[in-house]
Amino acid sequence: MKYNVNLQNFKRGVKDAFPVGLAYVAVSFAIGVSAVGMGLNGFITTLMAATNMASAGQQAGVLLILAGSTIIELIVTQLVVNARYFLMSLSLSQRLDPKVTTLERCLVAVGVTDEIFAVSVTNNRGYISKWYLLGAEFTAWFSWTFGTFLGVIMGDILPDLVVRALSIGIFAMFISIVFSAVFNHPKILPVIALSAVLSCVIYYVPQLDALSDLSCVICGVVASIFGAIFFPIKENSDESDSAENESLEAEQSDCLEVQNGR
Amino acid sequence: MDDKFLFALGMVAVMAVVTYAIRVTPFVFFRKKITSRFVKSFLYYVPYSVLIAMTFPSVLTVTGNVITSVVGTAVAIIASLNKKSMMVVVAVLAVISILVAEGILILI
Repeated sequence: MKYNVNLQNFKRGVKDAFPVGLAYVAVSFAIGVSAVGMGLNGFITTLMAATNMASAGQQAGVLLILAGSTIIELIVTQLVVNARYFLMSLSLSQRLDPKVTTLERCLVAVGVTDEIFAVSVTNNRGYISKWYLLGAEFTAWFSWTFGTFLGVIMGDILPDLVVRALSIGIFAMFISIVFSAVFNHPKILPVIALSAVLSCVIYYVPQLDALSDLSCVICGVVASIFGAIFFPIKENSDESDSAENESLEAEQSDCLEVQNGR
Repeated sequence: MDDKFLFALGMVAVMAVVTYAIRVTPFVFFRKKITSRFVKSFLYYVPYSVLIAMTFPSVLTVTGNVITSVVGTAVAIIASLNKKSMMVVVAVLAVISILVAEGILILI
C-alpha cells in the first residue's frame, strides 16, 4: 500500500517535470554544442552537466576552465552564481515532512534547479513527498545530461552556421528567466540594468581586465545590494512561510506557467 | 590524458562539490527562517542580476557577428516579455532568427 503511494508520487513528479525535461533537452543540447565549439573536451562537458546540472554555473565554469583560472576564482564564482539554489533548497526544506531523514534530505538536494523548484511548489499543497521530488529531479537530470550528450556528439556534424546560431541557446534561457519575471515584478528592471552596465564597463575598460574572471560575482553582488537598499521587496505578513520564499514562489509560479504554456 | 584534461577534470569535480554543498546545506542545517528584509531583498535580486551580468555583453558577440547576435538577443527579449512564453520557444526563436539574419547577410 505504502509502496503504491510512493510510486504514484514518483510518477506524478515525472509527469509534472516532463515539460521542463523537454526544455532542458533543447537548452542543454545548445550548451553541449557551444561548449565543445569553444574548445572544451566532450567527455568533460557531459560529465559537468551530469554532476552539476546548473546552467549558469556550468557556463561560468566552462569559461573559467578554458581561461585556466585558479580554483579560488572557480569556487567564489560558483558560490555566487549558484547562490539561488540555496534559497530554493531553503524553501523546499521547509516543505519536507520532518520525518524525512537526513540521508534522504541529502539525496533530495541533488537535483534542485530553478525549474524543479517551480514545478514542485506550485503543484503541491502542504508537505511535498520526497518521492515526488525525486521523480521530478530524475526527469530533469536525465533530460539535461542526455541533451548535453547529444549536443556534444552532434557538434562536429552540424554546419558551422548552425553551431554559431546555437551558441545563443544558454543566453536565451537566461533572458527568458529574467525577462519573464520583469513582466510581473518591474522592480527587477533597475537592478538588472545596473548589473548589465557594470558588466559592460568591466568588459570594455582595459584597466579593469583583472576583474573580468569575477565579473558576474561583482556585478551580481553590487546590483543586488543596490536593489536591497533602494527597492526592498515587500514584507510578507504570512508567517507560515518566509517572505523570501513567498516572493520566489510567486516568481517561480510564473516560470511554471511559462513552462506549461498556460 | 594530458594536463589540460586533468585540470578540467579537477575543476569539474570542484564545481560539483561546491554546487552540491550550496544545495544540501539548507536541507540539513538551515531550517530557521531569514527575517532581515535587507538580506531577503538582496537574495531575491541575486539570481536576476547574476544571470544578466553573465549575458551582457557576451551575448552581443556570441555568434561572432554583432548584427546577428543583436538580432538574436532582441528576439529573445521580446519573446520573453510575453507572459505565456516558454523557455524552449524563446531559445528556438532566438536561434532561428540568427539563422535567418545570417542568411540575409549572405544574400546582401
